[in-house]
Amino acid sequence: MNPEKAPIIQMKNIEKHFGSVIALAGVSLEVFPGECHCLLGDNGAGKSTFIKTMSGVHQPTHGEIFFEGKPMSFGDPRDAISAGIATVHQHLAMIPLMSVSRNFFMGNEPVKKVGPLNFFDHDYANQATMDEMRKMGINLRGPDQAVGTLSGGERQTVAIARAVHFGAKVLILDEPTSALGVRQTANVLATIDKVRKQGIAVVFITHNVRHALAVGDRFTVLNRGQTLGTAQRGQITPEELQDLMAGGQELVALEGSLGGTV
Amino acid sequence: MSNAPTKSAVDERIKSRSRFREAMIRPELGGIVGTVAVFTFFLLFAFDSGMFNSQGIMNWSTVSAQFMIIAVGACLLMIAGEFDLSVGSMIGFAGMLIAIFSVTLGWPVWMAILLTFAMCIAIGALNGYIVIRTGLPSFIVTLAFLFILRGFAIFLPQVIERKTIIGGIKDVAEGDWLAPIFGGKILTGLFQWMGDAGIIAVFERGSRKGQPVVDGIPMLIIWAIILVIFGHVLLTKTKFGNWIFAAGGDAEAARNSGVPVNKVKVLMFMFTAFCATVFAVCQVMEFGSAGADRGLLKEFEAIIAVVIGGALLTGGYGSVLGAALGALIFGVVQQGLFFAGVESSLFRVFLGLILLGAVILNTYIRRIITGER
Repeated sequence: MNPEKAPIIQMKNIEKHFGSVIALAGVSLEVFPGECHCLLGDNGAGKSTFIKTMSGVHQPTHGEIFFEGKPMSFGDPRDAISAGIATVHQHLAMIPLMSVSRNFFMGNEPVKKVGPLNFFDHDYANQATMDEMRKMGINLRGPDQAVGTLSGGERQTVAIARAVHFGAKVLILDEPTSALGVRQTANVLATIDKVRKQGIAVVFITHNVRHALAVGDRFTVLNRGQTLGTAQRGQITPEELQDLMAGGQELVALEGSLGGTV
Repeated sequence: MSNAPTKSAVDERIKSRSRFREAMIRPELGGIVGTVAVFTFFLLFAFDSGMFNSQGIMNWSTVSAQFMIIAVGACLLMIAGEFDLSVGSMIGFAGMLIAIFSVTLGWPVWMAILLTFAMCIAIGALNGYIVIRTGLPSFIVTLAFLFILRGFAIFLPQVIERKTIIGGIKDVAEGDWLAPIFGGKILTGLFQWMGDAGIIAVFERGSRKGQPVVDGIPMLIIWAIILVIFGHVLLTKTKFGNWIFAAGGDAEAARNSGVPVNKVKVLMFMFTAFCATVFAVCQVMEFGSAGADRGLLKEFEAIIAVVIGGALLTGGYGSVLGAALGALIFGVVQQGLFFAGVESSLFRVFLGLILLGAVILNTYIRRIITGER
């Protein structure tokens, strides 16, 4: 990235032990504002543990986290969220029976005062939801449309739009495309691109190399709790990334029997 | 980006929906249809039976109001994703507490009422606390309290008074400041005027000659109206209402978004207990006595009213106004069959049928909302 820019979040030699299991054995990562940083790795590589450390769910056993240049230790996810680190989980925090606008503001409901009483400001919530969704390229039938009627990709977009609306500076996306079809994946990737252009740092977790290459600026590969290096866009081929993720040698052995289909 | 697609941009993938279909998809639909059907039926077949004169209207209004009071609590709790099967036993237990405090122990009635409210709401909180702490289904936890509370409602008066009904509450409530808020009547002047003007029936002879047969609106009905309005506004117009929907829709997702799910659920258990106690106090003040068998099966009647009103048993969806209509249907049919001279046991048959119909309709509506097939 541009050398004059400072990283918004810096993770230095993060180690995380669960009892006798070493889930992370010294992982370092820097994320800059306005970039899409892809975090790749096979199942069990430590991706989830790593982002949970970044979002305050886990506290690192060793290592340091710098947020906007200052050392940070998040006690729980609320600290991370209020600092501006938002996570969009695989299991979305969306409720199908509730309307889009009720979902959008769930836990952060706007209120208007009528005399001594506080009421949910539905007009504001509806307007803000429609605006934010339009910015992401989704035209809702209405703000009272139930989330259950949206497709998987649209739900991801609602979740991302919500995080952006509430002032996320770092947006962590945990496998947002893993369960989606081709067109829906394209929509989500387009959304990631829009978010990045607003100057938000995106950490995109995936194990799909093609999805990563479509939007990523830099790629970090994790394997067995360690970083296998960070590559710039254009410096690495899909095959090399794939090999790195699988740990190189094993895949070579496999490829012979599968005829290069992996 | 913000100026690219404007409001006029229509997504070709979104099928336009007719206004009719739009109107269909609301939780109150079943309740509205049922209310219209029930009133049409009784207007046609029981109009001359006295069901729609002042006494008749007061009769089914009072019964409906009773159902409404407990249905509001059950409705909000069900939307928050939980049940309370101890409502009926709570009614018997609360009534018995008031009788013991005020008649047996001779405490002032206002103190007996307030103490009973405090104890019952605390039991509601305990119900909720056990449910969220253990993660057990509220069905089982509150089923236990159904038996525990009913047991005490029978045991206490037998040990203390050697009987299962304690009377004499009317006498001790005389002149109390709090008792009329539950057992009194309002607008008595208006009803006297309507009687004098010949709009409503008056007694023709006897010591009350000239007084209207219906001499005011019982506080029970006022409580029902207040609770329905309160519940509706809380659910649809406040932040807390959004939390109720969220807690019942998907507790985990709600927690991830920062909704205090446990607090919401415990408060709803407490509110249900509050509603049950309001019911109990009104009933005790009206009858002047407390009986160990009061409130039997009320928990199921409340749940049925809520389901007729469009709430989903699985939580996350429903309407207080719908539940109120469900309670109205309940009361009108129960009393209407009596006016129409139909064997009253058929009421249960009707109840079962309407419950089945409502649940099937709700499942269908839920599919439309969530787009499931």
